[in-house]
Amino acid sequence: MPDGLINLTVDGVPVSVAPGTLVIEAAKQAGVLVPHYCYHPGLPVAGVCRMCLVEIEKAPKLQIACATPVTEGMIVRTQSSQAKDARQSVLEFLLINHPLDCPICDQAGECELQDFVFQEGRAGTRYAEYPKRFNPVEDFGPDVLYVANRCILCTRCVRFMEDVAQEPVLNVSERGDRAYIGIHPDARLDHPWAGNVVDLCPVGSLLSKDFLHKARAWELDKSASVCTGCTQGCNVTLDVRDNVIVRVRPRPNLEVNRYFICDHGRMSYRWMNRGDRIEAPLVKQDGELRAVDWDEALDRARALLRGTRGRRGRGGAAVAIVSPKASTEALFLARRVLAGKEREHEWTGAFQVTMGEEAPLAGVPNLALRPERAPNVKGAELLGYTNGVSSALRVAQTAAVVLVLDEPDVPAHGAGALIYLGVTLPESARGADIVLPIANVAEEEGTFVNRDGRVQRYFPAKPAPGMARPAWWALGELLEAPDRPGSAAEAFDLLAGTVDAFAGLSYAALGVTGKGIGQGAGVPA
Amino acid sequence: MGYPHKPHPRETVVLSKHFGDPEARTYKGWVRRGGYEALKNALATDPAAIIEEVKTSGVRGRGGAGFPTGLKWSFMPKEKTKPHYLCVNADESEPGTFKDREIMRWTPHALLEGTAIAAHAIRAEVTYIYVRGEFTEPLAILEKALAEASTAGVFGNMKIYLHRGAGAYICGEETAMMNSIEGKRGNPRIKPPFPAAAGVFGMPTTINNVETLVAVPHILKNGAAWYKGLSLSNPKSTGTKLFSVCGHLAKPGNYEVTMGFPLKDLLYELGGGMRPGRTLKACIPGGSSVPILNREESESCLLDYEGCVEKGTMLGSGGVIVFDDSTDMVYQIMRLARFYAHESCAQCTQCREGTAWTTRILERILTGQGAMKDLDLLLDLADNMTGKTICVLSDSCAAPVVSGIKKFKSEFEAYITGKKRPVAA
Ligand SMILES: Cc1cc2nc3c(=O)[nH]c(=O)nc-3n(C[C@H](O)[C@H](O)[C@H](O)COP(=O)(O)O)c2cc1C
Ligand code: SF4
Ligand code: SF4
Ligand code: FES
Repeated sequence: MPDGLINLTVDGVPVSVAPGTLVIEAAKQAGVLVPHYCYHPGLPVAGVCRMCLVEIEKAPKLQIACATPVTEGMIVRTQSSQAKDARQSVLEFLLINHPLDCPICDQAGECELQDFVFQEGRAGTRYAEYPKRFNPVEDFGPDVLYVANRCILCTRCVRFMEDVAQEPVLNVSERGDRAYIGIHPDARLDHPWAGNVVDLCPVGSLLSKDFLHKARAWELDKSASVCTGCTQGCNVTLDVRDNVIVRVRPRPNLEVNRYFICDHGRMSYRWMNRGDRIEAPLVKQDGELRAVDWDEALDRARALLRGTRGRRGRGGAAVAIVSPKASTEALFLARRVLAGKEREHEWTGAFQVTMGEEAPLAGVPNLALRPERAPNVKGAELLGYTNGVSSALRVAQTAAVVLVLDEPDVPAHGAGALIYLGVTLPESARGADIVLPIANVAEEEGTFVNRDGRVQRYFPAKPAPGMARPAWWALGELLEAPDRPGSAAEAFDLLAGTVDAFAGLSYAALGVTGKGIGQGAGVPA
Repeated sequence: MGYPHKPHPRETVVLSKHFGDPEARTYKGWVRRGGYEALKNALATDPAAIIEEVKTSGVRGRGGAGFPTGLKWSFMPKEKTKPHYLCVNADESEPGTFKDREIMRWTPHALLEGTAIAAHAIRAEVTYIYVRGEFTEPLAILEKALAEASTAGVFGNMKIYLHRGAGAYICGEETAMMNSIEGKRGNPRIKPPFPAAAGVFGMPTTINNVETLVAVPHILKNGAAWYKGLSLSNPKSTGTKLFSVCGHLAKPGNYEVTMGFPLKDLLYELGGGMRPGRTLKACIPGGSSVPILNREESESCLLDYEGCVEKGTMLGSGGVIVFDDSTDMVYQIMRLARFYAHESCAQCTQCREGTAWTTRILERILTGQGAMKDLDLLLDLADNMTGKTICVLSDSCAAPVVSGIKKFKSEFEAYITGKKRPVAA
């Protein structure tokens, strides 16, 4: 057994955990989920719901697993008849005033009350003759509704606002079974991170207006992704119904965003569902863009690039204007397409990033909605792209070729050729020689590098429309045949083998929560 | 009735000696009666020696839990790295209990003296006396006494603040009180941490009841052995205790007797017995939170910690509630449950929902709509409400229900079967 660990058994399963670990967390490591409501690993312990009662040998009475630290030799039983009876009674008490309106409740299917009642509740009620507590629905804030009747008073929302957001606008009002969650009469639940209370609420008491009645939980497909809202790189889950993203929720990552995302990120998904997409490659013919198949488009693009490369020695330059929302793989391949393997060709790369206000989450160190509102600013910088496009645009005026990667807001067309890769066809790209339709972040896999140099993968959530393909693929196809990556993983591994900053990383090893790039490793000039 | 009554010959008046004597309320009057001598001596004594003496005396907390006071004091950190706090629990809100109120009304300096000694013993810089919000008169009296004694300089550098509660029973629970003092909602805290480690403002804290502290100067003055000798029974129950006797009794009031005094004598002799033509039906000896005794149990119960436990109840706060044969026990138990349902702080599921549900079932029985299975349900709910929550308010609601159904089942059945006419609940 490793030194300094505490050994205990939970339902007969031995585990060793760090001193100070709570029984509920030790149980998780033993593969036992102790039913709970008020406990949440991202919030201070409250110990109020009394749902997590377990039997601990030698303790005079049942103990709450969420507030009891482990001790050496502890024997925990979550399934003793005493413990099960106690939890069953808590469920019964919670249900007597609960409306049981699951058929119209957004939480149904992902409700911890449903789940635990199903798992270990009583089959019938003994509270048949009495009216249930009634309180009207309250409008708490821009995106949050409070359905008081469903509230089990676990106080997760109150603790989030008080201890994590540190804007204590919620409280428990009244006492006894008249209690409900109150909001300060002069305040709104409009903190930039307030939306987390909806995720934290174990029942359907706090609802997102944005998601209201949009889908039933069981209709949703879920994909691990990374928020595109800023350089923080919060881990998220994209919830998709019938190929439409309907909700973004935080995905726990203790290194980046713990259990939370900000409201800006939460609401930054509609653009992923845009219908005005380019669905086929376009090439210019007789001054008009004409839809062609990929083979033709790629042949044309390769020929164009070969032609311009010949002129480079005589001052012909290549410019890439890229989006800081593009994958690291695409950014790398765009550079390689223009600069070549050993960067033997002259090239200029630049991006611009929309700026906003910073909004920190006070209770979590190093977590904020960052002013740079794009996910891959760091990745672009590490690959040699300049933040700010003005000098690149000057070069573009006389460049032999300009390649634009999904940046609709920079009119980059100069005297030379223009290759545009994008999800839509903006006005600025109408004059392009070649337009390649690409997938958006929800339709491909890839990585972003967050502001702290953490490389994180995102996964596809829905198919790309028409013939749109991931940008890494389209750009890869522009390389010489032996160099073309066959997957995002190959693209990343090629990058890791080429760019010092990424040395030692592998796509597979990034997992779902990412890895930091080597400290101090620079970018080869 | 009102106070003062002339001490009954069988009373042992130590704490209540100056009840009814307005002069004892003044600083000068108190000093003339030997007041603040014990404090003066205590301040010149090593705190550890005081704690030892209080330990030896065997005095136990009079707020309800009966925890040995000297032991509690000894839990305060020996190494002083943070400021220490003393909280005096003067929130007395337990139905049937009104002893602390009389102590504060008549002998405010006794409380201040005991408080200052305790503060010295636990090396507390700051003391909060948390006074029940409704106690306007006692508060005014305490305020005056505190001002007088402070002017006279008896407290040295100690800071003693009076903190007025806002009318919540739960704020009498010690950790809820600490939250309330901090300006937070008066919710009990989960333990650990225990107050001696992290109490009010996160600092080491001791909480004591008014009556507990008032006994301390007497213990120091007369010695632990003397205090221990003031017991008729068990060596683990020492000293005198004020019993607030109320209900169906000829002479309700506060009576001070030594530990181990027979409850029967308290009721029939000191309390003047039942009203004419009435007989005793039941008695709650320790404030509303403890199990109810029937007549036989009451008449054979000795009033100390062990004697009460022997009868299946607790000494609690010493609030003795007396019911004669005219009492509707179902109604009384419903009223108790309703009190707890009203006062539950709402944190714990069992307490928040259980106290209210229990009340509703009892109300329903009273209105003639109950069923026999309701009694089993009440007992099962009580079981689910006992020993599972943060504080014992939940248990306190269950206790009278369980003992009531056990001992007065026929009264419940009479409502259920229709033998008894329904009443408005
Ligand atoms: C619901 C509840 C209410 C209480 N109310 C009081 C009270 O009004 N006064 C009091 O002294 N103790 C009260 N207590 C007991 C206190 O928590 C604590 O045990 C006591 O103040 C400690 O002082 P002592 O050791 O001197 O008795 C209450 C306990 C509970 C659970
Ligand atoms: S609204 Fe939800 S999170 Fe808040 S107390 Fe109620 S159940 Fe808990
Ligand atoms: S038992 Fe009742 S009063 Fe005590 S903490 Fe729990 S809910 Fe509050
Ligand atoms: S989860 Fe442990 S008491 Fe609520």
